[in-house]
Amino acid sequence: MKEYKTLTRAEVAVGDKLPNADIDITTGLVVCGALATRDFEPVHHSKAAAQAVGLPDVFMNILTSQGLMTRFATDWSGPDAVVKSVDLRLGAPNIPGMLMTVSGEVTALDKDSGLVDLAVTGENNIWGMHMQGTVQLTLPKES
Amino acid sequence: MTTDEQKAIESEIYAFIGQEVYPPTPAADDINEAMIRQWAEIMGDNNPAYLDKDWAAKSIRGTTISPPAMMYVWGQEGFQVTKGRALNAMSNLVSVFDKHGYTGVLGTNVKQEYFKEVNPGDNVTIEMIIDNISERKTTGRGTGYFFETLSTFTDQRGEKVGTQRFKVLKFIPQEQPSAVATEDKLDVPTRIASPRGHDNKWWWEACDDGKVLIQRCKSCQTLRHPPRPMCGECQSMEWDSIESTLDGEILSHTEIHHPKIPGYQYPLVCAVIKLAEGTNFVANIIGCSPSEVHIGMKVKGVLEQVDEKTMLPQFYPA
Repeated sequence: MKEYKTLTRAEVAVGDKLPNADIDITTGLVVCGALATRDFEPVHHSKAAAQAVGLPDVFMNILTSQGLMTRFATDWSGPDAVVKSVDLRLGAPNIPGMLMTVSGEVTALDKDSGLVDLAVTGENNIWGMHMQGTVQLTLPKES
Repeated sequence: MTTDEQKAIESEIYAFIGQEVYPPTPAADDINEAMIRQWAEIMGDNNPAYLDKDWAAKSIRGTTISPPAMMYVWGQEGFQVTKGRALNAMSNLVSVFDKHGYTGVLGTNVKQEYFKEVNPGDNVTIEMIIDNISERKTTGRGTGYFFETLSTFTDQRGEKVGTQRFKVLKFIPQEQPSAVATEDKLDVPTRIASPRGHDNKWWWEACDDGKVLIQRCKSCQTLRHPPRPMCGECQSMEWDSIESTLDGEILSHTEIHHPKIPGYQYPLVCAVIKLAEGTNFVANIIGCSPSEVHIGMKVKGVLEQVDEKTMLPQFYPA
């Protein structure tokens, strides 16, 4: 069985940087992400519908952005961490052909409860900030 | 908009506050592994808490869980939305906005809070209300109102799983959206083009040819930059130029954070540089972190192609 490491609250400090994640925004990710989140709004799978609202191509739906933000946080923390909240501000659309770089930093830590605030930003290389927000997790006391 | 018109729309929209969008509605499907697998594969999420039953059985939870970010997914309306959404308080509210010219729509914030983890076999019920509508605001997109829906999620035992607040801006678009070029490839934005006029075109053209020049008065030999027609010392309009070595020292600097302008690489440091020849020059400092840049720092410029149409001197730590 594969081993997974989860960070404990003792191993984390305010100011710690999370490893960046580069995510290729492909038509596949946009359309399939919308499907996997059962978001069938045409702007997420029909280029014509997206162009009718003034964008060049289909664009990522919010639920996929939320999913990617959570994944970024738990990839760092490990699987025993419990996600408590995701507070996300939306910026420029993610469109196929872009590259989104997600970065994050520990901004608060309560050693008693294990509650950690992560400031997370996803920026694409064409239009800039796509998503910015805070993910809260609780980390275990010991692994 | 006159006060009367504002009163008219506000009397209509504020009546929606507190109205139910979805009465408590159980999801058509219980939380299940097939939908989680599809979600996790596409998100690239390998968290074993979602699908690895052997691992999960031995974990602190003892069982697999649903990805928290799927909380809203279970109750989604499905493919029928491609044919239009059902009439409810939210679609009615949107119609009121549209009728008054607030046709623009932009999701701006979504906040999910999770109170308990749920597992395959559980069923999530969603209930949604229109929780609040802001006063009239002027935003970068246009004048409008923010409305916020509050969704509450419970499991089959009636225990609260979480909440979602979703904020949407309905606004009067400043300009009508137009269809954009249909090529598959996106245009990569370039920097703001250099403004080339009668008095400075020669300077930019020299950059294009690989030279950074400094204008020199033919009468009194005083150097000047940026280019201009008359010498500030002797008022002569005769001039020639010398080529700069691009050796310099930083007099002043700043880091540009916001707004991020398409086509520029960030971090973006701008500095006023005193060139060895004596004139001042504004340029970007690259090749070191912004925190290393300081007044008095020696720098060396290199003429570089920064995008497909722009040659620009860029300065590095010397």
